[in-house]
Amino acid sequence: MILGNLLYIIFSGVAYGVLLFLMSAGLAVTQGLMRFANLAHAAFAMLGGYLAVTLMNSYGWPFLLTLPIAALGTALFAGTLERLLFRRFYNVSQLYQIMLTVGIVSMSVASVTFIWGSVNQPVRMPSYLSGSIQVGNFDIDVYRLFLIVAGGLVVWALIWGIDSTSFGAKVRAAVDNRRVTSSCGINVDRLFMTAFFIGSALAGLGGALSVNLVGLSPTFALDFLAYVLIVVTLGGHGSMKGALVAALLLGVVDVAGKYYVPQTGPFIIYALTVVVLFWRPHGLFAKA
Amino acid sequence: MKRSRLAIAVAVAILLLGSGAVQGQQTPIKIGIVYSFSGAGGTAGKEFNDIVALFQKQHGDTIAGRKVQIIERDDGGIAPDNAKRLAQELIVEQHVDLLAGLIFTPNAMAVGTVSTQAKMPTFIVNATTSGIMAKNPYMSRYSMTATQVTIPLAKYAYKSGMRNMYVIFMDYGPGIDSGTTFENTFKGEGGTIAGEIRVPVTAEDFSAYLQRVKDAKPDGVYIFLNASGSGTTFLKQAKTAGLDKAGIKIFCSGDLLTEQVLPAIGDAAIGVISTMNYSGTHNSKMNRDFVKAFEAQSGGMPPTFGGVGVYDAFQAMYKVIAAQNGQVDPDKTMALVKQLKFESPRGPIAIDPDTRDIVQNVYIRRTELKNGQLVNTEIDTYPMFKDPTEHP
Amino acid sequence: MTAIEIPAPAPVVTPQERAHKVFAFTSRWRWEEIAFWVVAALSILIFPTHLVLIAQVLITGLFALSFDLLVGYAGIPSLGHAAFFGIGAYTAGLLARAGWTEPISGLLIAALVAGIAGFALSVVVSRLTGIGLIMITLGVGLLLYEAAHSARGITGGDDGLSGINIAPIFGHFQFDFYGKTAVVYTYVVVFLLYLLARRIVNSPFGLEMKGIRENVRRVPAIGIPLRKRYMVVFTVSAAFAGVAGALLGQITQTVALSALSFDRSAAALIMVMIGGMGTLIGALVGAAAYMVAQDRLSDLNPVYWNFWVGLLLVLFVLFARGGLIGGVDRLIVWIRSKRKKS
Repeated sequence: MILGNLLYIIFSGVAYGVLLFLMSAGLAVTQGLMRFANLAHAAFAMLGGYLAVTLMNSYGWPFLLTLPIAALGTALFAGTLERLLFRRFYNVSQLYQIMLTVGIVSMSVASVTFIWGSVNQPVRMPSYLSGSIQVGNFDIDVYRLFLIVAGGLVVWALIWGIDSTSFGAKVRAAVDNRRVTSSCGINVDRLFMTAFFIGSALAGLGGALSVNLVGLSPTFALDFLAYVLIVVTLGGHGSMKGALVAALLLGVVDVAGKYYVPQTGPFIIYALTVVVLFWRPHGLFAKA
Repeated sequence: MKRSRLAIAVAVAILLLGSGAVQGQQTPIKIGIVYSFSGAGGTAGKEFNDIVALFQKQHGDTIAGRKVQIIERDDGGIAPDNAKRLAQELIVEQHVDLLAGLIFTPNAMAVGTVSTQAKMPTFIVNATTSGIMAKNPYMSRYSMTATQVTIPLAKYAYKSGMRNMYVIFMDYGPGIDSGTTFENTFKGEGGTIAGEIRVPVTAEDFSAYLQRVKDAKPDGVYIFLNASGSGTTFLKQAKTAGLDKAGIKIFCSGDLLTEQVLPAIGDAAIGVISTMNYSGTHNSKMNRDFVKAFEAQSGGMPPTFGGVGVYDAFQAMYKVIAAQNGQVDPDKTMALVKQLKFESPRGPIAIDPDTRDIVQNVYIRRTELKNGQLVNTEIDTYPMFKDPTEHP
Repeated sequence: MTAIEIPAPAPVVTPQERAHKVFAFTSRWRWEEIAFWVVAALSILIFPTHLVLIAQVLITGLFALSFDLLVGYAGIPSLGHAAFFGIGAYTAGLLARAGWTEPISGLLIAALVAGIAGFALSVVVSRLTGIGLIMITLGVGLLLYEAAHSARGITGGDDGLSGINIAPIFGHFQFDFYGKTAVVYTYVVVFLLYLLARRIVNSPFGLEMKGIRENVRRVPAIGIPLRKRYMVVFTVSAAFAGVAGALLGQITQTVALSALSFDRSAAALIMVMIGGMGTLIGALVGAAAYMVAQDRLSDLNPVYWNFWVGLLLVLFVLFARGGLIGGVDRLIVWIRSKRKKS
């Protein structure tokens, strides 16, 4: 019985963690590359969610097909924002970056409320992704299984990309030391643009995948901002692997908390964050 | 020539004086509204405006020769300092005759102090906390209290065979009221509580809680969640978690299954037993006409218990204004309010003269599919039920 | 033979005298400051039905001011400043409910409690910079909100505290329905604290804070203990915020969770940005502009309001980093230069 509960918590927690990772990975990298405090990142994820939901509900697209479009659409939007606006703020005080991105979040939430209303978006998964399958004594939620498998593939691809491609190597170099990297002749500006694009695509994908799990409403951009920031800060800037571990940890702790002490809510997560930050101000895996 | 100019001047003077005199008679009766048009989530604001528009279409906008002017102010959600200031400004600046509105308890409490200080009759259309009436002698309520609708459901659950139940409620005022009431009533009937979970208000993912419920293997589970937020996804998640397969019956508060959200919940709602003071399919001529007229007004959206609360508050206000021939006096108004008894789309309602709170039928409903549409069918009624915990 | 005029030797100016002159110059009352306080006083006379709004504007202005001390002068970005506002509000509310209804001492106690909380946080915060700092302030703010929500027995949870009765000020001035006492009380308190804040920023300590804001790495190199300065500024800022919260609790006689919410912290950010960071009066002007606009436009669909506020923030960050006060300053300089030419 207890083993069953533990397995359930780990299974559910990992699924949630994978989702959090997808949403945070982009921010972890851009944070490390350009030290740009992009508080609008969760709003990008929200956009991905709304794109997917609109395609499904208004145009009847099958769920799986909406995922790449959600990712791409988000990336295009975010990329445009980056080229037009964010670029001007890379060497400016982080305070202004915060104000800028908070303004963008405010505008996104208002626009989304205007277009789609403030209610939770109804979403219906295809039958092969709904319900649960019986494995021995356990009921395994199919959608969570899908998240772990599909998300896992993306994660694996990302880690491979960071570790084994030249692009990944350039990114790692630029995170370590931007000036030296650019003096090696690497166009850091273009590197950043590409990384931002990919990171936003991931956020959009994460947002689209999360709708069935956690619902979608205009408050998404702020609710998940806290979690995304926690993952990035705990993981250490620029460290994708750090973000992965932090996200999985957060997911499992969240589900465990809900199961064992449901009335405390997000309190545990926030308390954990404050404690960890106090102990390790630069994150668990900081490249200090 | 002089004479005709004089004649014109006199004519104009008479006209001006005359119109001035007529104007004097026509100062409007002002009703101030403090409501959460925004920040309440969902469509509360739109429903309010549609109800008012419908009501005035049916009952006109003049009483005893005076126009009824409705002045709306948005308190923006749970913001007692805003609500209080808006109520104060409505009284002091706009000189309203009556106040109405209020969804959230903190706002209602704050406005309550204003209502009592200024002796302003206040008609509550939604806020459901039991304690508010006793402290504020100029307030009356037209919605319900959480206790009032929960006690019958607990009794019904026991009556229908439940002996061991799990209770899940959201950790905020109405949730705690409702959850603890259910537990106490159910235990009073002879049942046992298998467990209790207080869900944080921001919860979106209920799978962990559902897992706990399944592990405890109760006969049934009672749920109270914030319907305008994530509560609507709960039933779907319950279905995914296989609660029905495990033989656990679901009982909930009716605001989880309002006519507006039922289509989004879909099949997961079928078979759920709920309690509410109003159901869209209530079988009375008044309700059938009401629903049809409202759907025409709102562009297809059905009315919910929230809208009915507004409608009846307006019925009450119009009645007391008419009974005083348009000259609204606070104490006379409250004396009239205490005698109110009339027909609402939900059924018969009355105001309790001791507590100034609403007395109404509480309906137990089961959600089913009828003619391809999901409806809440009334299966039992607890007539003219009073909240027993309230004291004058 | 013409006498050669030997110019009198230049007076020897000691460093202290020079510092005095500099401080005298920077602490002179600016045009905008005088205008604000005069307009505020006049509004009390001209708008007798809006006294509660005026009082709430001043309170929010005080909160924004406390935030400006932190972010505009010391350059510490914080997304959880409402925590101190809330601590002050709940302290004052709980005191009154427990029977301690004297308002002024209530304010002082609230300031003390909030200041202690600020000090406690500063111990942690002073280790961090950048995103880590933002994160921890956000985390603490959210944490406190959740804790207050759960502690229904103490805070009333989401129902909030009500039934707060405040005794008449000096035993004589009763809090009335129109808000006359409340608004004068608030005006006096906020004005006095404003004077105090001016004194703080136009002092050597104020200069040190500006140094921290401009180049935090260089500051320890010139012998300024960074951590200690952080702690002082945080404590002072928290105390000011606590007074603002206590004032709100006292004059509205309710305290709700909205006193601690993230929205309140974010609003402070917006107000300070719009008014002009690092000017003190900018915080008050920004708060006034924001709240009056919100009140007047409250008929407008709030969705639109949030959109325009966001857009305004973005535009200000792009083009008008000095905020309204910065704009007015530039206007004054421009007018003066025109005058000089002619």
